[in-house]
Amino acid sequence: MSVILVLVAFSVLLAGGFLAAFFWSVRNGQYDDTYSASVRILFDDDLPVEKTQTETTPASLMNEQSPNQ
Amino acid sequence: MLNSAAIPANEKQSNACYHCGEDCGTVPIKLDGKIFCCSGCKTVFEILSQSNACDYYKYEEHPGLKAGNPEVGSRYAYLDNDEIRQELLEFSEDGVSKVKLFIPAIHCSSCIWLLENLQRLNNGVMHSSVNFVKKEVIITFRDTELTLRQLVELLVAINYIPQLTLDSLQKGAKRKINYGIYYRLGVAGFCFGNIMLFSFPAYLSVNDSVENLLRQNFGLLNILFGIPVAFYSGSVFITSAYKGLKKRFVSIDVPIAIGILVLFFRSAYEIISGTGPGFMDSLAGLVFFLSIGRWYQDKTYQALSFERDYRSYFPVAVTLISEKGEESIIPIRNLKTGMRMLVRNQELVPADALLVKGDGSIDYSFVSGESSPVSKKSGDRVFAGGRQVGASIELIVEKEVAQSHLTELWNQDMTGGEKLTRWDSILDVISRYFTVMILLLSTVSGIFWWYYNPSMTFLVVTAILIVACPCALAMTYPFSLGGAMRVFGRNSFYLKRTGVVEALSKIDTIVFDKTGTITRNDGLGADFSTLESSDEQLHLISSLVRHSTHPASVAIYRQLQGFDALPVSGFSEVPAKGIEGLVNGHQLKIGSEEFITALKLNSSPGSRVFVSCDGKILGCIGISNQYREGMKEVLSELANRYELHLLSGDNDGELPYLLSFFPSRDHLNFNKSPKAKLEYIRNLKASGKRVLMIGDGLNDAGALRESDCGISIADDIYHFSPACDAILESGQFRNLPRFLDFSRTSMRIVFLSMGLSFLYNVVGLSFAITGNLSPVVSAILMPLSSVTIVAFVTVSVLISARFSQFEAK
Repeated sequence: MSVILVLVAFSVLLAGGFLAAFFWSVRNGQYDDTYSASVRILFDDDLPVEKTQTETTPASLMNEQSPNQ
Repeated sequence: MLNSAAIPANEKQSNACYHCGEDCGTVPIKLDGKIFCCSGCKTVFEILSQSNACDYYKYEEHPGLKAGNPEVGSRYAYLDNDEIRQELLEFSEDGVSKVKLFIPAIHCSSCIWLLENLQRLNNGVMHSSVNFVKKEVIITFRDTELTLRQLVELLVAINYIPQLTLDSLQKGAKRKINYGIYYRLGVAGFCFGNIMLFSFPAYLSVNDSVENLLRQNFGLLNILFGIPVAFYSGSVFITSAYKGLKKRFVSIDVPIAIGILVLFFRSAYEIISGTGPGFMDSLAGLVFFLSIGRWYQDKTYQALSFERDYRSYFPVAVTLISEKGEESIIPIRNLKTGMRMLVRNQELVPADALLVKGDGSIDYSFVSGESSPVSKKSGDRVFAGGRQVGASIELIVEKEVAQSHLTELWNQDMTGGEKLTRWDSILDVISRYFTVMILLLSTVSGIFWWYYNPSMTFLVVTAILIVACPCALAMTYPFSLGGAMRVFGRNSFYLKRTGVVEALSKIDTIVFDKTGTITRNDGLGADFSTLESSDEQLHLISSLVRHSTHPASVAIYRQLQGFDALPVSGFSEVPAKGIEGLVNGHQLKIGSEEFITALKLNSSPGSRVFVSCDGKILGCIGISNQYREGMKEVLSELANRYELHLLSGDNDGELPYLLSFFPSRDHLNFNKSPKAKLEYIRNLKASGKRVLMIGDGLNDAGALRESDCGISIADDIYHFSPACDAILESGQFRNLPRFLDFSRTSMRIVFLSMGLSFLYNVVGLSFAITGNLSPVVSAILMPLSSVTIVAFVTVSVLISARFSQFEAK
């Protein structure tokens, strides 16, 4: 039955890990702005209607610069 | 949200501007088959379509704000100044800079998309991210390709105008987010879950050796988890109770702190001595629920500031001009006595100064409450805070910014005598009696049990202190008033703290400022009933006043819309007198009585404008303040319940009109200085009144702070408003009586739920006094009471909000 004590130790350790993850996410500012993230995820990389003038860059990532100007 | 197909169909029927959605009028500007209300909106669209950023229009319909005048000129030239740039930038290294800008215009998902895709508009931008809650955007850019000024001008060009004021330079003073409440909530929740698990064997009645082993070990674990709950998460309540007691003040935190400590130590004693399972689960639950209450209560509107001072009103930089006319820009902080500065149209005079060149027409409405601009001639002294209306003027600085009349006024308000303490919150009053009652009760039953059965004394006394811990009571206040505050917020009435709801419910006297509070900020109204003129003459007048920026001209022009402009020759504006010019062959003069008739008659200043055409006097146009829509209804409704006062810095020109709304002549006060306003409020309070002050300008700042509750009214809530308890968007002025009603309804809910939580306490106490409080009873009663109270309160607030026809969702 003492195996339960070992399991308890593991479960506490695991739960502690989640607590640490929570602390990290708070410190990282993930709760500062809960609105933008909910909108950002819905943005398409590029809505298909518009065609880029020069060459079509299909999935331009957030940080990539578009080649105009 | 992404229903892009629906937009063009709507467009055909409506006359809404493609960019901002406002009505385009009779002659919309057309481009690419889309219509625009003004050239500003069209320009923004052009910029976006050139940069392949038209997805902006796909995430929301009409996502823009009306752009108006896109002229930037050299307004942002000061951003090229090294010193200013260094202060604004978060960091700058190896050609990469990072800046954080506050942009009040951020309001929808399209805004986020566009601002995070700025690199489409300019290659110099490397990365940008939006904090929607704070309305901030953080932009990293290569400063070799894009200067800060160009970046800001780019944002201005797409009509996301960053707000750059003197206090955006105050880096050190920037608000730091306090994450403490999140950590404490996390720890309490974590321990609560674990303790509930480890308490399980304690509730089994089977008695064998294995169970006992578990019970002992789990008990020790519970103590281990109980320590951070009581002394980390619960520390706020303990320290706040201690601080209160040191000031001889019994707050609701005192019985809570007693409860937490007694719970912990009695449980620890029971577990270690093996006499019982302890109440650790109740303790963790208690602290967890209370922390949720704290978190809910402390939630604030982060993008709003209730603590602004003059620094957020002043610009960052000022233009200096040498005798030869060379301009240079310096940070406003470096402005020294004797410097010669240039103030352009619509710019702020940043320091007390002497006018040396040009004709000043200074609008002090925000600083002193005077509604019409004051004209200044060369050699006159100009106080800081006024806005120049008209051509550029040159001034010589007499006092540095920090010593100017305006700043002194501010500082004087800050230290102008100790503020009378506000009344105690209902929660404090109740907790005072509550604490005394509980201590009394535990002493009495302690004495009783001491004689009856001494071994029970300790158990009963601690049980009373545990069960009396006013968890549910402490939850009623934050949840009902926090809920009310959120209802207000959704209706554009923003409170600084939840306690303001209670303050609002208790006031009996309302003091209004005039200029900008009950009158509209966007200019004056013109009355043509005293003018005898043909339509053709009105056409001439309209064409002439177009050329002047004087508020009276602007008011007349606005009233006479629909005429196309006729060419004007020989236009001249005589400051403080009037304007004249040749329109369509007619010599037209518009201005003061003296200017037109060459006679000085008794007419109150600024209230009438005379018109003459080809030497013949046509009559006059009445110029008056425009009162806010629904002002009449609001005042007459409020007069039933409250004593109304008017406190204005302006002249008494409109006394006869206003007299009908206020109970007596004594309640109408004009020509009051900011200091006098503060004194007035103080006197009202001294006579036992509970005063609500509603104002808008710097001149009301002292009065707003002195009053029991200060509401600042603003057209744009993100722009400057003086320090206050609440900010009301001016469009919601007509709802003021309903807001006040709702604050009283919310307090009624507080009373009801307090009664309910007392019932729980009585039930708990009956267990405790008879010596029957087992951990199970406590573990059930405590969360049950908290959860039902929170549910009751939340539902009641939402239902009554619906009843008052507020947007409650």
